[in-house]
Amino acid sequence: MDIFETFLNAEVLLRTWPLLLEGLWVTVQLGAASIVAGLVLGLFLSMVRLYAVTPLRLLTRLYIDIFRSIPLLVLLIIVYYALPFVGLRLSPFASAMTALTLVSGAYTAEIFRAGIEAIPKGQFEASAALGLSYRQTMVDVILPQAIKIVIPPLTNNSINVVKDTALASVVAMPDLLKQATQAQALAANPSPLIGAAVIYIAFLWPLVAMVSRMERRFGARSR
Amino acid sequence: MAAFVSIRNLRKFYGSFEALKGIDLEIEKGEVVCVVGPSGSGKSTLIRCINRLEPFSDDSEIRVDDIPVMPGRALAKVRAEVGMVFQSFNLFPHLTVRENVMLAPRRVRGTSRAEAARQADRLLARVGIGEQADKYPEHLSGGQQQRVAIARALAMEPQVMLFDEPTSALDPEMVGEVLDVMRDLAGTGVTMVVVTHEMGFASQVADRVIFMDGGEVIETGPPDQVLSNPREPRTQNFLSAVLNH
Ligand SMILES: Nc1ncnc2c1ncn2[C@@H]1O[C@H](COP(=O)(O)OP(=O)(O)OP(=O)(O)O)[C@@H](O)[C@H]1O
Ligand SMILES: [Mg+2]
Repeated sequence: MDIFETFLNAEVLLRTWPLLLEGLWVTVQLGAASIVAGLVLGLFLSMVRLYAVTPLRLLTRLYIDIFRSIPLLVLLIIVYYALPFVGLRLSPFASAMTALTLVSGAYTAEIFRAGIEAIPKGQFEASAALGLSYRQTMVDVILPQAIKIVIPPLTNNSINVVKDTALASVVAMPDLLKQATQAQALAANPSPLIGAAVIYIAFLWPLVAMVSRMERRFGARSR
Repeated sequence: MAAFVSIRNLRKFYGSFEALKGIDLEIEKGEVVCVVGPSGSGKSTLIRCINRLEPFSDDSEIRVDDIPVMPGRALAKVRAEVGMVFQSFNLFPHLTVRENVMLAPRRVRGTSRAEAARQADRLLARVGIGEQADKYPEHLSGGQQQRVAIARALAMEPQVMLFDEPTSALDPEMVGEVLDVMRDLAGTGVTMVVVTHEMGFASQVADRVIFMDGGEVIETGPPDQVLSNPREPRTQNFLSAVLNH
């Protein structure tokens, strides 16, 4: 029973629970804000990547490739520790959100591009022949169809963003992981860390299951 | 007054390949023109230039109702006047049949939802699928889908209708229902340009038949001349190949 005393100490968990909840709230805020900002950035980038003049297209491709290559932790540390040298000092939350958004935007841009490119050319031609403008074609014809294609990969990306928020603890963000490590130090017992892990899993499992279900359904239909 | 659709020296390149080699064509208001010719002769390219789905050389000129078919503001006007029906239907799969027909009038003309719905139901009844208005395209047969596509194009009240092999993707038993709708349409005075392999339809409905080969118009005239007594050897060869298969 020593194992339970050490890793699932009820008394310690109960005592540090409020701390963990505070951390969860910060994690949720950071995750949600970064996901939304990443979606907006990704949609914008995908439009430029697909339809802008060639130099801009190349520039967005460069952006997308760079931010898909850079390790998030490296980017985060640059934003938090290096930018102050050029006079740009961001709070831990803003730093983490910036890094998460820049990377998530690059991934969602590729997801949107793939979704739009999956729409048959005939849909664009029929829209043009009817006299719809480029914007109307996108809003009324292309995006509603692309959304269905991109929802599973976008959900996957959102799961990754929430997971990656844990990296923010290295820039002193009081997120779930940071609070858990602090609580562990305070109580001299690792139970809060196990508690945090369980909370992450409980939070993300439903999303993971949802993606699997959607992928099964879309897979079944396209076959 | 100039012809309703006027095409001057139309040249179209795909890279260095010349798909249209200087076409001159005048189409009068209300005329029904059928375009025939072997595969790869440039029939689709020709009609896709009329609403500029394909860009073409600057030294070429196309005018519809005296509006030059050039990129920019005028193009939207031209496209609102020119309806198009594709071989592969290209209905919007995420919209119901009625919504497919309503979309362009609502967005391009600013027609109210109620008015657009009334008009859609009228058009769908006219092409014989009034009962299917609330279904999604995937639940319709090919012939029904193509009739929806015709209704969708008609909703913009076009002066000209372009058809690119509208029955080629259909099972044989559905070809007739689509041709019937097109025949009715020809009787209403809409100008029509129809790329087709249906020689029976061309000879009954067309005012004029155009035979194309290798990116050029080889022969043009009334159907009983071009289809029954062609002058050009290339037309004769094509027709005997079509009729003997
Ligand atoms: N996007 C393209 N890129 C390059 N070449 C093309 C393209 N579209 C058409 N072509 C070429 O242009 C020529 C004319 O094509 P088009 O589609 O107009 O022929 P068509 O008469 O409609 O033939 P079909 O009866 O097979 O539909 C063909 O040789 C074709 O290979
Ligand atoms: Mg063709």
